[in-house]
Amino acid sequence: MSPKLPPQPHVQHSTTAVADGQSHAHPAPPKGILRWLLTTNHKEIGSLYLIFSLTMFFVGGIFALVVRAELFQPGLQLVQPEFFNQMTTMHGLIMVFAAVMPAFTGLANWMIPLQIGAPDMALPRLNNFSFWLLPVAFTLLLSTLLMPGGGPNFGWTFYAPLSTNYAPPSTTFFILSLHLAGISSILGAINIIATILNMRAPGMRLMDMPLFVWTWLITAFLLIAVMPVLAAVITMMLMDINFGTSFFNAAGGGDPVLFQHLFWTFGHPEVYIMILPAFGIVSAIIPTFARKPLFGYASMVYATAAIAFLSFLVWAHHMFVVGMPLVAELFFMYTTMLIAVPTGVKVFNWVTTLFRGSISFESPMLFALAFVVLFTIGGFSGLMLAIAPADFQYHDTYFVVAHFHYVLVPGAIFAIMAGVYYWLPKWTGHYPNERLAQWHFWFSIIGVNLTFFPMHFAGLAGMPRRIPDYALQFADFNLLSSIGAFFFGASQLLFVLGIILCVRGGKKAPAKAWEGAEDLEWTVPCPAPLHTFETPPVFHRTSH
Amino acid sequence: MQSAWRWLLVISLSASGSQANANDWNMPVGVTDISADIFGLHMTIFWVCVVIGLVVFGAMFYSLFRYRHSKGAKAANFHEHTSVEVLWTAIPVLILVGMAVPATATLKNMYDSSDAELDVMITGQQWRWRYEYLGEDVAFNSNMSTPRTQISGAETRGEHYLLEVDEPLVLPINRKVRFLMTSDDVIHSWWVPDLAVKQDTIPGFINENWVKINEPGIYRGQCTELCGVNHGFMPVVVHAMEEEEFEGWLAKRKEAAAEEAMGVDREWGMEELAERGESVYQAICSSCHQAEGQGSPPAFPALANNQQLIEDVDWHLDKVINGVSGAAMPAFRSTLNPVEIAAVVTYTRNAWGNDTGDVVQPSEVAELIAQ
Repeated sequence: MSPKLPPQPHVQHSTTAVADGQSHAHPAPPKGILRWLLTTNHKEIGSLYLIFSLTMFFVGGIFALVVRAELFQPGLQLVQPEFFNQMTTMHGLIMVFAAVMPAFTGLANWMIPLQIGAPDMALPRLNNFSFWLLPVAFTLLLSTLLMPGGGPNFGWTFYAPLSTNYAPPSTTFFILSLHLAGISSILGAINIIATILNMRAPGMRLMDMPLFVWTWLITAFLLIAVMPVLAAVITMMLMDINFGTSFFNAAGGGDPVLFQHLFWTFGHPEVYIMILPAFGIVSAIIPTFARKPLFGYASMVYATAAIAFLSFLVWAHHMFVVGMPLVAELFFMYTTMLIAVPTGVKVFNWVTTLFRGSISFESPMLFALAFVVLFTIGGFSGLMLAIAPADFQYHDTYFVVAHFHYVLVPGAIFAIMAGVYYWLPKWTGHYPNERLAQWHFWFSIIGVNLTFFPMHFAGLAGMPRRIPDYALQFADFNLLSSIGAFFFGASQLLFVLGIILCVRGGKKAPAKAWEGAEDLEWTVPCPAPLHTFETPPVFHRTSH
Repeated sequence: MQSAWRWLLVISLSASGSQANANDWNMPVGVTDISADIFGLHMTIFWVCVVIGLVVFGAMFYSLFRYRHSKGAKAANFHEHTSVEVLWTAIPVLILVGMAVPATATLKNMYDSSDAELDVMITGQQWRWRYEYLGEDVAFNSNMSTPRTQISGAETRGEHYLLEVDEPLVLPINRKVRFLMTSDDVIHSWWVPDLAVKQDTIPGFINENWVKINEPGIYRGQCTELCGVNHGFMPVVVHAMEEEEFEGWLAKRKEAAAEEAMGVDREWGMEELAERGESVYQAICSSCHQAEGQGSPPAFPALANNQQLIEDVDWHLDKVINGVSGAAMPAFRSTLNPVEIAAVVTYTRNAWGNDTGDVVQPSEVAELIAQ
């Protein structure tokens, strides 16, 4: 495929003008807060996304710690069930929509233009708008906690009619905030697709792109496909709550199960939206520190595309106990099991990349290796959950909680942390303090397993999700999980400390900060100047 | 097999030094043929995962150890191998087909609720279960019986803390029992691990499931679908009896139901109604309107000193019998009998300083329901 560069406009805003080599044409950026409110630079917007995401990671984490503190021992000690339900709901919503998704978008903003040799994102002003919708959306969402009747208390999956006819008055604000977050995601996705398809360096074919770019391209298509479904379903809720319709109200002829079909049509691809870019990050880091090209590049791309395609065909495996017909149960069981095949291909490829490499264990590599092991454990429990008859026992227990936390915390979040440690030299010009990063890694891996591994047992023994108090036989598992959660939460302060120290100083990094790193971002200086690739680089095909 | 689980248990429980038996950390085998089949599937897929995990992680940790940069390992440069890639795509497919076959057979079996000898209607309601033996004129509500004082910690927690009810569902063993499941308000999910029955109860839908219990005993479970504030306090208890014992129990319940129906026609005094009403109120109403009628606004209005309630007995009866559309208040016309409705209305009209002096007769309620 021949590279397509965007037409060079003569009169345009500053960020595209740099392609003409007229760097002197940049007006001085506004000072203070205006600089950040008005910025159209992909690096600055990327940083904003990442800072926002990290902040929300702690907000969502504090909610999780409220939950874990209440579950520390049987009985109700600290909070009442009303507030407990708001905490579980808010924890899920914040972590999914305000921590994990914006973190990946932030990494995409920073790294995609650098990895494809583009001067910026294709639509810089849209980029600014996409970001600034988020603080508005989540300030609104968090403010519902202070409203009469409290915030959303129906779980992050907000099943109707609990979230409609039986919901607190603040639900309308919850709907508005999700709409705003959804618009932000769609605009971000459009921008990423436009950038990748139009702005690659001359000579870079699609099959030359780094896997982080590939996985994000596919993720962006998923976002465009499913965020409108989320928008539709919350609009139907809005109508049921405020305008007397009965989409989901059985008494008015509506169908509560329709809600779940629509929600999971969005929700299952959403799960892959949160993991595909993680695959991309790990596929960059493992070859770098094994000093050996990624094994099976093409099969990685095909496997990613296969997972994305299958993600549209498995939604009702979240609904095995709603009373679907037998034939539907079988269909969704088989398609779900099938996802294990391309996912397995990825894991095998990573392991084979390590085989006969020359491996070193810097902090990005540690997180990436932990990702491979612990994500695979989450994949195993996912395979168990796919067995529909067994799911009648697993469904809505802590076994499910253990499963999705394994794929999201040591899965998505460890990959994000690996990416941050990997690219911090590019962003700041300094290596992160390796010793601190190693402590962060070992504390995190102990904390994450102590928190989530016992949940498998609690679930198998019969503990349902989303309960503020539990029978006495679950006490030991919950005690361990709560200790682990506080340990994990506290050790994340090391992450923040490491980032702050790295921004302020540290060992200077050369352009190619890691010995085995090959992609285009390592050809620009560390730290990357505000404007890069003002002249498109010439892309030399490596070993893909 | 058991020793591996035990080993994992030792790791996870060493901090607490607790004694645990198998069911405390693995899925129960249960007391039905289906539950045993599901347990078999669960353990099979578990061991498949363990073996795959050992191979994959074994290869990974071997590579990490063997090819360390610090030991001077030189990297090779290979990056694809078509036949290996085809092989590790094909082998998982075969393993999955091997899993899908028994899973499909079990699932088909679970879906065959034909030829049931007894039909029980299970209705979820915030936050209790209602059981109705279809064709037998026996129906009752099943509420959690764990006292609030145990939850708050003022009293020592009992052995079956949060997993005990005032009236369990009583079922015969060795008979196929079909469940018809629905809900009056939000979605609940009825689950008893030992029976391997978990089914959502959904307003406007009737789901089917079935059970044939092999051993008498008391089996406990919980609601597993988030259903509001008291989702965690909605246990399921099933008492499975020998068939003759069950027949005796059913006959006794029928008799009691007939007697209760007679009570509708006689004149009741204030005191007996209020006394009966208090127990109905504590079992049914107090989870929302609170023990002292203080409510928890805005979702659940106060009943104590509620002017509208005090002034308008017809309005009050209408809300209890027909519910409040679009709000959490359900219609009790079919959940409570006329005596219970008359009793609880009389009680609330005279408790907590409401002092209206009103007495509502069961016969009036029966008339309103008939309208």
